[in-house]
Amino acid sequence: MSAPALFTTPAEGFTSARFAQHLSQRGYLPAWWLETKKAAWNQFLALPLPSRTDETWRFSNLKGLDLDGYHVPEEPSQQIPHHTDFPQAAEIVFSNRQVVARSTISAELAAKGVIFAPLDEALRNHGDLVRQYYQKHPTNLGSEKFVALNTALSVAGGFLYVPADVEIALPLVIQHTLSGNNVSMFPHTIVVLGPRAKATLVEFFISGGAESERQFVSGVNDLHASEGAQLTYVGAQNWSRATLAFQTNSIAVERDARVLSLNLHLGGRQSRHESHSRLLGPGAHSEMLALTVASGEREFDQRTLQTHIAPHTTSNLLYKNALLDSAKTIFSGLIIVEPDAQQTDAYQKNRNLMLSDTAEAHSLPGLEIQANDVKCSHGSTSARIDAEQEFYLQARGIKPVEARRLLVSAFFEEVLNKLDDENLHAALTGLIASQFKR
Amino acid sequence: MPSLEIRDLFVALAATPDKPIVKGLTLTILTGEVHAIMGPNGTGKSTLSKAIAGHPDYVITSGDVLLDGKSILEMEPDQRARAGIFLAFQYPSEIPGVTIANFVRAAVQARLAEGEDLDATAYYKRLYSKMDLLKIDRKFTSRSVNEGFSGGEKKRCEILQMAMLEPTFALMDETDSGLDIDALRIVAEGVEAMRGDKLGVMLITHYQRLLDYIVPDFVHVMYDGRIVKSGDKTLALELEAKGYDWVKQELAAATTA
Ligand SMILES: Nc1ncnc2c1ncn2[C@@H]1O[C@H](COP(=O)(O)OP(=O)(O)OP(=O)(O)O)[C@@H](O)[C@H]1O
Ligand SMILES: [Mg+2]
Repeated sequence: MSAPALFTTPAEGFTSARFAQHLSQRGYLPAWWLETKKAAWNQFLALPLPSRTDETWRFSNLKGLDLDGYHVPEEPSQQIPHHTDFPQAAEIVFSNRQVVARSTISAELAAKGVIFAPLDEALRNHGDLVRQYYQKHPTNLGSEKFVALNTALSVAGGFLYVPADVEIALPLVIQHTLSGNNVSMFPHTIVVLGPRAKATLVEFFISGGAESERQFVSGVNDLHASEGAQLTYVGAQNWSRATLAFQTNSIAVERDARVLSLNLHLGGRQSRHESHSRLLGPGAHSEMLALTVASGEREFDQRTLQTHIAPHTTSNLLYKNALLDSAKTIFSGLIIVEPDAQQTDAYQKNRNLMLSDTAEAHSLPGLEIQANDVKCSHGSTSARIDAEQEFYLQARGIKPVEARRLLVSAFFEEVLNKLDDENLHAALTGLIASQFKR
Repeated sequence: MPSLEIRDLFVALAATPDKPIVKGLTLTILTGEVHAIMGPNGTGKSTLSKAIAGHPDYVITSGDVLLDGKSILEMEPDQRARAGIFLAFQYPSEIPGVTIANFVRAAVQARLAEGEDLDATAYYKRLYSKMDLLKIDRKFTSRSVNEGFSGGEKKRCEILQMAMLEPTFALMDETDSGLDIDALRIVAEGVEAMRGDKLGVMLITHYQRLLDYIVPDFVHVMYDGRIVKSGDKTLALELEAKGYDWVKQELAAATTA
């Protein structure tokens, strides 16, 4: 019954008319893609909004899932904050779904067959390659309706393809900025690393305008590491205070490959992140990391799944939340070890640092083990910020906000230290620090 | 002349405000002066110094603390520190993940005007020179604050912070405990170098030997939350020889008389 409520503003909102218009403007794209979009649109219409009885939405604020009145901007914004001031191999900057700036990869990398392009361009020039990996391993942790909407309306996003044995030392960067009131965005990024390839992709998701701008985002990414590949993916979001955001992350790791994903969550009114790692071949490893600074009345909802399909695979999840004010975090994680996945090592840890008595941290760790020779552990801890440490810092003249910033940074260091790239580390530290300026 | 004035101060734990630990203590410290405070365990020496620094565990139930004639009781701990009060902790906190360099830097930065940026090169030059003076290995800059430090290293680090922040009044709570003889001399020399006429010191100690190096202008005996006897440096020698029972007996005689 809730679906029709989405269509109260006929000219705006996610209407079938709006979708038809979107589709008609994209006749230049491959037919399979347009068919995929149509199917996704129908799926979006058919799927209900999450309800109280959905276990995957436990503790979430369902009243906040209001999709009314958003429109899909066709014009880039004039306000484009820049957060990517560090050495990089190439960059694509989207503003309100349009590419507004772009630097290309070196001729040397291009000659080796590396592709780094906006999704739209990749669909035109490398459609078959994109098709091979597009939602090959979907993440089904509760946001299927919003993922369907992403597929139906996505324009922005990137495609990174690194052929076998090619290593890219510097990070590739995609920046998405969204500006305007009631605007929405549906980025989809696909990363494919061939055998033994190595690369780092960093995606920034930033609101460009006023903190009060109401925005809606549903983003998706598909990360694929072929045999022996090493992929580092960093996603950092700093949405406006009134943004409703979804991001789903699919991580497929083949034999002896290694993926490190780190998601930094700073903004949004309500933001949900789903991440699913699949360990597909022996020796595969997935390092799943997340850092959240939850302030104000924001809600951060994180749902994860580590599926061990092949034997001798490892995964390590460490999600750290720093909670201030009246913010709320939800962590719900599951490790599944399938019957064939003997000799699995799987860890899952959620740590919450409470900086306020009115903040709320929910933690729902879980294990489902179908093999008998495995090492698994999961756990969650919540600790109040150490009052003696806080006093010690203040007794040196350090202001309370700065003292908290230092203690939160110290808490996050364990995660940030897993990044090899020092400049990237510094960029993320800077973004985190910006949350403590009052 | 800058002054730190403690007037008839009563301090209790915030949880038990009706049970004072410091019970009517009065003391005035001027810059250039060193006041040694000695007294048995549990008489409230640390409570006094932490309350002056603004520790949230304690409440001041009556009396006042004035810096240059103005009460500091309404000020937050960080404001008191920036106003020139420095507490060298008896038990400094360990802060894993915050390096000495970043910690001291944040403290120095906090004293700059809004929008003014710290000159990193000058900062490190100064930090290293103070470390050399205090014979602290420069490698310590990248270590987490006090984490895994020996007792003596922690105390030396307190003095390093004091040297970097140049307070007007230092409350040094048993800075000598845990120091070996060489470290004691180094630390004492560090304090003496800062002393001049710009620094006033409240020096809490149990041992006369520190006072051989930092010669006090006054020695006070604190007992049961009060100063019960004051004198010059010879009082410390007398205490060392006779112990506190002597003071307690004198006190008992005075109250029954
Ligand atoms: N935070 C606290 N919680 C409980 N009791 C406290 C606290 N702080 C002080 N006290 C009590 O107050 C009294 C004075 O303690 P304080 O630490 O000030 O003594 P001190 O003179 O510094 O002793 P020492 O010479 O052993 O360092 C003691 O009985 C102590 O147990
Ligand atoms: Mg003490």
